[in-house]
Amino acid sequence: MPNCLRTCAGSVSRAGSDAMARMTMIEAIRSALDVSMGRDENVVVYGEDVGFFGGVFRCTHGLQQKYGVNRCFDAPINELGIVGTAVGMAAYGLRPCVEIQFADYMYPAYDQIVSEAARLRYRSAGDFTCPLVIRMPTGGGIFGGQTHSQSPEALFTHVSGLKTVVPSNPHDAKGLLIAAIEDPDPVIFLEPKRLYNGPFDGHHDRPVTPWSKHELSEVPDGHFALPLGKAAIRREGASVTIIAYGTMVHVAEAAAEETGIDAEVIDLRSLLPLDLDTIVASVRKTGRCIVLHEATLTSGFGAELTALVQEHCFYHLEAPIMRVAGWDTPYPHAQEWAYFPGPARVGAALREIMESR
Amino acid sequence: MTDQPLRFHVPEPASRPGGRPDFSNVVIPEAGSVRRPPVDIDPKEIRDLAYSIIRVLDREGQAVGPWVPDLDGDALIRGMRHMMTLRAFDARMQMAQRQGKTSFYMQHTGEEAVSCAFRIALGPEDMNFPTYRQAGLLIAHDYPLVDMMCQIYSNERDPIKGRQLPVMYSSKAHGFFSISGNLATQFVQAVGWAMASAIKGDRRIAAAWVGDGSTAESDFHAALVFASTYKAPVVLNVVNNQWAISTFQGIARGGSGTFAARGLGFGIPALRVDGNDYLATYAVAQWAIERARRNLGPTLVEYVTYRAGAHSTSDDPSAYRPKHESEGWPLGDPLIRLKQHLIALGAWTEERHKQAEAEILATVIAAQKEAEGHGTLHSGGKPSARDIFEDVYAELPPHLRRQRQQSGV
Repeated sequence: MPNCLRTCAGSVSRAGSDAMARMTMIEAIRSALDVSMGRDENVVVYGEDVGFFGGVFRCTHGLQQKYGVNRCFDAPINELGIVGTAVGMAAYGLRPCVEIQFADYMYPAYDQIVSEAARLRYRSAGDFTCPLVIRMPTGGGIFGGQTHSQSPEALFTHVSGLKTVVPSNPHDAKGLLIAAIEDPDPVIFLEPKRLYNGPFDGHHDRPVTPWSKHELSEVPDGHFALPLGKAAIRREGASVTIIAYGTMVHVAEAAAEETGIDAEVIDLRSLLPLDLDTIVASVRKTGRCIVLHEATLTSGFGAELTALVQEHCFYHLEAPIMRVAGWDTPYPHAQEWAYFPGPARVGAALREIMESR
Repeated sequence: MTDQPLRFHVPEPASRPGGRPDFSNVVIPEAGSVRRPPVDIDPKEIRDLAYSIIRVLDREGQAVGPWVPDLDGDALIRGMRHMMTLRAFDARMQMAQRQGKTSFYMQHTGEEAVSCAFRIALGPEDMNFPTYRQAGLLIAHDYPLVDMMCQIYSNERDPIKGRQLPVMYSSKAHGFFSISGNLATQFVQAVGWAMASAIKGDRRIAAAWVGDGSTAESDFHAALVFASTYKAPVVLNVVNNQWAISTFQGIARGGSGTFAARGLGFGIPALRVDGNDYLATYAVAQWAIERARRNLGPTLVEYVTYRAGAHSTSDDPSAYRPKHESEGWPLGDPLIRLKQHLIALGAWTEERHKQAEAEILATVIAAQKEAEGHGTLHSGGKPSARDIFEDVYAELPPHLRRQRQQSGV
């Protein structure tokens, strides 16, 4: 995978050891939590199955043993209660980083996220604040059916007062999660679960590539934070820009390689704040743009991206902006791969946009 | 076996407009008749207290029984003055809304004792997570009346910059968490705040507040689960004022005997108290606060009271309950009852009461004048339009900077 270490962010803040280690995304997330808990005793971690067992995806494995039950503990199966208590803790002065076991389980907590966490600073004019991180595995590709596969990012980006982050690799997952925990405002941290163990490019019929073979599995051992709101260019290209995030970054790279079309792939990393400058510079250069996400199409975050590209790059566009996204249906179980916008669909869009004038 | 078809059940209040007030379903025990258990009692031993009503002041204004609190005449006079201030404040602000100086107001009439007495029992470092009908928590903690009014007027001195509906105060320094306006959401946050205090090994406790109607929200039940599981140092307050706008308390309560009884299944000790009795309210608050402070965990308290006024300035209760229902309320008026007690103690007279009333009214009017000097909703000083964009985040992100530029402020 060429060029994948190129990032737009020069300002990686790093303290302590410069040693690097190979990590999966799970290990990188665990490392971020470990580093954050070690540096700041106000960081507490809890959620369903998160304590003794270490989480159903193992992201919190060993943290209770290392930091004690006061800092990492199991919660009742009550997402409203997990987020609601975390809002109170954050107002107290702690920095809770809670886990919602699947993003699909988030809905009972939505009122606490939208009306409370996101609004506390504003409605109290800064008297009370809510430095809170809500981690949630997101996306499909694991035969999770409609309740273990959703990508609800647009439900968060639509809410003023929230930041929404989606990493696509272990390196970013660690740097962005540490930045999220240190952020003074609530951050929704969506973890593409299909990427936990390898850089999945949408070819579900091929053997899983482990992270150890990917350059972005090389992660600093110690503390490092990536600024929220800085995109990365994963693949430089001159003909068309693909704007993606999470799993779709790898799908876009694969589609570009397979079609031989000279596509530039932008990994947003953070949807809000959004790195508009990187998007605009790229589309003005290429003159073509495909917006790609796994979430359903209508009113998805891609609609916002499309509008922004239109507003800022209209006179540079040589073709209509295209969107490739999940169909506007619930996420089906057996027909998962007919739903998932894989490299074939992205490749077809690439060919189509290159023919369009 | 029965051949009867199924019947759908919708509870109805005892009386509707045109009918006679009927509170025969509110069983009132004698003042002084309910026992006072030690705070470290096993909750299983006091399940009956969730179905009774703890009362201290009897019909003659005497304080009787095991719950008589340790409050001297001066402390009670201060309590009296707090309640009188809240009532006078309500009257002025209700009128200000009618005069078009603000959009909305909510009175406390009949419920003044609950928040005024509770605040006195709480420590200075503790935190309330209030609803919109607990302004006594601010008044009894000497929060400036002018600041409250500036918030109500959304004027240039509004501490929260005109962003919230009137009465949605916020003051960290006065242990008063920012009011949301979405009901019951803060009940579970209070539990989280209390958990944080315990995690840190501090000594501060939290007080959660909710009305009878909003106990039906999932947030209430989530709060009880978390408070019970983690033995959070929190007092869970349910103010049962009988009415949730037009909906009588039986719709939220359902088949449960009382709101206090909701705590029993969670192993949370639950007390029911006469919320119109300043002394009983204080004594029960003190008991629950001591339990929290001594690592004994949460207590659920139901304050039995009555919303004598309308829900808000947008509400007319004569459309759904008998016009004179409040006169039939068997627990009386909290101000009259404390006044009667102070007179019986020899600490107060009718004349002193009248003097105090006049003095308090003058103070409230002076505060109002000062507040209006900083503007009202539709005239005078206003918060800056630029403030719209501040405090959404700690730092203004690029998209909001662009929008602020566009707005031209």
